[in-house]
Amino acid sequence: MTETQTKILTIIQTLIEAKQPPAVGLDESLFDAGVLDSFLLPGLVVALEKTFGIKIPDADLSSQKFESINLIADYIRSRS
Amino acid sequence: MTQPAAASSAAFLAGAGCYLPSRIVTNAEVSSALGVDAEWIQATSGIEERRYAAPDETVITMAVEAARRCIASAGASEIGMVIVSSGTADRRWPGPAASVALALNLGGIPAIDLAMPSAGAIFGVALAAQMSAVHGDVLVIASERMSSVVSREGTHPNVAVLFGDGAAACLISRRTGVARILGSVLHSDATFDQALHLGLTEPMEMDGRTVIMQASRKLPQVITELLERHSVAKEQVGAFLMHQANQNLLRQVARTLGVAEATVFSNIRAYGNTSSASVLIALAEWSSAHPFQRDVPVVLAAFGAGLHWGAVLVTGS
Repeated sequence: MTETQTKILTIIQTLIEAKQPPAVGLDESLFDAGVLDSFLLPGLVVALEKTFGIKIPDADLSSQKFESINLIADYIRSRS
Repeated sequence: MTQPAAASSAAFLAGAGCYLPSRIVTNAEVSSALGVDAEWIQATSGIEERRYAAPDETVITMAVEAARRCIASAGASEIGMVIVSSGTADRRWPGPAASVALALNLGGIPAIDLAMPSAGAIFGVALAAQMSAVHGDVLVIASERMSSVVSREGTHPNVAVLFGDGAAACLISRRTGVARILGSVLHSDATFDQALHLGLTEPMEMDGRTVIMQASRKLPQVITELLERHSVAKEQVGAFLMHQANQNLLRQVARTLGVAEATVFSNIRAYGNTSSASVLIALAEWSSAHPFQRDVPVVLAAFGAGLHWGAVLVTGS
């Protein structure tokens, strides 16, 4: 697992207030797996911006970009 | 778009009123009809019940009743223009505005339709604040029969359960009123027009996750933009009256703004999402229970399909 993927999992773990990182495949939908819901997304965006030192513009705030750990990691790479 | 402060500084909110159909539809009832867990509805949205219009109640009849209550609240007025916001009009055209005006014995004055769900009332109030300089008192009405929309075959049950019917109105005057309109900020951007849309005959489609992300960012942004423009600190605001889309969204906006959740008015428990009517229903109910205090600012804000979003700042006069 890459450092970015690990950081994303840690962010999500904090967000959902879990003791362990969520057991979800890197390409698995975080929503279908029941890890995230709509109302955790704004908090996820804020945490990603803070952790990775990026600004996520409004135009990128679509759910598809945040569907899985790997999609989020791809997006973070594209902004770094 | 930011409106020049001077152009709207002399407009007042003279009164407000609302109309909710009498039929109460509980989560248990929609749960049984649509197969959606009643507890899930409440936890996800804060909604416990909504109102559905009777078969003979239309966007027009609800608008007229809300307008009558508003006019009664505002007192005598010579209305020079009517603006009607609705995303659920009974026909493609003509829109309901002229029919509503006629039913109010206001035939002949200009009547404008805003086919704009959710944010339509905010755009209507901002427009009325400008137009009142030319046309005199402007009646702004928002009326929605969402039950007609969500009953379309193919509507996702998780979407259908969120909505209800209702109407509300406010009167914008150049003469006097309970609150002065200090200004407004409006925005539109079609980048995400597919995230929430309704075709001519197709079911409404909503990418709820994208809508929530967009609203969670744009509502605090537009409110902050408005407050900064008028040098009003968020702590000074007596109440935030927002489009009632979802209780979790209201909480999120309060958190992002850094204001107490208690200052964000909510009636979504009782009515669900009544689209563009919701912010004026909130205004009518809030102002009925909490008369405007002199120099205490109140923010009205909405976000919706389009995307369109905006906010209006008023202060007790």
